[in-house]
Amino acid sequence: MKFSLGKYAFPLYAILAFIYLLIPIGYTFVFSFNDSLKTNLIWRGFTFDKWTNVCDREGVCEAFGNSVLIGVISTIAATALGTMIAIALVRYRFKFRRSTNLLLFLPMATPEVVLGAGLASQFFSLGVEKGIGTIILGHIVFCLSFVVVTVKARVSSLDPVLEEAGKDLYANPRQVFWKITFPLLLPGIAAAALLSFALSFDDFIITNFNAGADMTFPRYVFTAAARGVPAEANVIGSAVFIAAILLVLVTQINGERKRRLLLKKH
Amino acid sequence: MAKEFIARGADLELKKIRKEFPGFTAIEELDLHVPAGEFFALLGPSGCGKTTTLRLVAGLETPTSGNIFIGGEDVTETKPHERPVNTVFQSYALFPHMNVLENVAFGLRQRKIDEPLVKAKEALNLVQLAHLADRKPQQLSGGQQQRVALARALVNRPSLLLLDEPLGALDLKLRREMQIELKAIQIEVGLTFLHVTHDQEEAMDMADTVAVMNKGRIEQMGAPEALYDRPKTVFVSKFLGQSNLLVGEVESSSANSISIEVAGNKISVPKARAEKHKGKIAIGFRPEKATFTSKKPTASSSTNIIGPGEIIDIRFTGVSNQYLIQVPGLGNLTVFAQNVGKSPVTELGEKVWISWSVEHSFGLADLPNTGKAV
Repeated sequence: MKFSLGKYAFPLYAILAFIYLLIPIGYTFVFSFNDSLKTNLIWRGFTFDKWTNVCDREGVCEAFGNSVLIGVISTIAATALGTMIAIALVRYRFKFRRSTNLLLFLPMATPEVVLGAGLASQFFSLGVEKGIGTIILGHIVFCLSFVVVTVKARVSSLDPVLEEAGKDLYANPRQVFWKITFPLLLPGIAAAALLSFALSFDDFIITNFNAGADMTFPRYVFTAAARGVPAEANVIGSAVFIAAILLVLVTQINGERKRRLLLKKH
Repeated sequence: MAKEFIARGADLELKKIRKEFPGFTAIEELDLHVPAGEFFALLGPSGCGKTTTLRLVAGLETPTSGNIFIGGEDVTETKPHERPVNTVFQSYALFPHMNVLENVAFGLRQRKIDEPLVKAKEALNLVQLAHLADRKPQQLSGGQQQRVALARALVNRPSLLLLDEPLGALDLKLRREMQIELKAIQIEVGLTFLHVTHDQEEAMDMADTVAVMNKGRIEQMGAPEALYDRPKTVFVSKFLGQSNLLVGEVESSSANSISIEVAGNKISVPKARAEKHKGKIAIGFRPEKATFTSKKPTASSSTNIIGPGEIIDIRFTGVSNQYLIQVPGLGNLTVFAQNVGKSPVTELGEKVWISWSVEHSFGLADLPNTGKAV
């Protein structure tokens, strides 16, 4: 008898791996419907209350709002700066280009604890008061590296002759950028922005070092975890997860629809 | 930007253009005049500086020294978007995020021309692609993309249209079709075309004037027939078609012709068809201008005769055969013979004499590289 590895073992392994990955998410989702009291450890019965009255719990929605605000501002800043840096690094030859490339990798390679502590001591010695402003500055620092790396890949694959064609067809440098370069880089820029937002939204370590009294969602959950995470936190966590999944689904379906349309025309 | 563009072709003039890149010189010194309304081809092997010349005219490169005039106006310092010039790029460079119609309308929109889409549609009609207006470039075949690129450039009615090996990516049959179409369009719109190519047949087929470029210089310039009939340098004689070259000291000269002696044969060339009249010179003839016979032809002052030689290779190319004939002391010479009757006309190993008319000889300004030393 021959044991077929491909037929049984691989699918089984895949299923186990997925279960392992999805259990914490499933747990979070299920317990967002728990009719919990102060702690959310024991199943006490099903309720939609936590979803409908998510802001009733003190601090949850404020922390969530802060996280969104910080995420949006640092994403916009990091994406704009990072895109410009990425274009410069690919398209122009200048002194210290290679060292710039290396330096941009550093924030990614540095342990977050070190980066966070370093930033905190800098803010302290400069006498900057900690708060949302300092959190945003910290987030821009580490998001920037990721944006540069993501957008750089896209810039490298962009044929410079397209920009030359734009110039040749009477577009000045600014018009060439907005009508040709930017739309063609957009998928890369969008990916970088999503990545930035995701990184910023769930960052705890750097945030914690530079937050002062301001709460963000990860900080709130961390603090609450000492006493037991409230179900409202599960609600927000699940909602963010579902939103992300929906976003992915919509883009996938859209892409597939476009692909079919292309095939049909051929 | 609201500058008026001339609706018909303008002339192009390059004066003492030199272009250096870090590490090498792409163009040594170039003087060139392309009259308005002409189809002008820059022909040369890759790396000869022809594409750099085109990019200089488009404004995508700046010359190290020298000046560029379009329609008499010095445009050397102007940016590409300020020049009344459009380019058909080798890779077509169609914008992948716009459909065909928007690609063609791009230049019109930039210049704020009225009814850009109507005019773009007309341009697509000219290249017979109006039915594909709402497709994306990626959905088109190479030949169709090429025509969209052409329409996108032509729709702007530039004073000068630059074509950078636009047919290079197409297969042979499509290339021949596009050559005919391109030439017809040029005549129809009456614009000045500057066409860069390494394909000698393409250049000869379409251009009014061909300039052969080599190593950053123009070696020879003229009508295709004239260039082919009387190449002046070894490079031109070999690059534009094939040539047999014979080298020798000038032994005798009459009122009208000069003669050299090679391997015991007297070879003459009319003085009017020779660049040099003294010393060591190279005399050439085209393989299709010569014939071979198995008996030595009777000598005459109007015929050059070489032989005997041995046929060492016969290549069938369809309409004709290429015969490679080894002549002792001279090396291998090529003769083409039309396959009008029996093919091949003769057999391998046959002893033959090659003959051609003196007036089909040409004398070159330089000598071929013997290939002994590098």
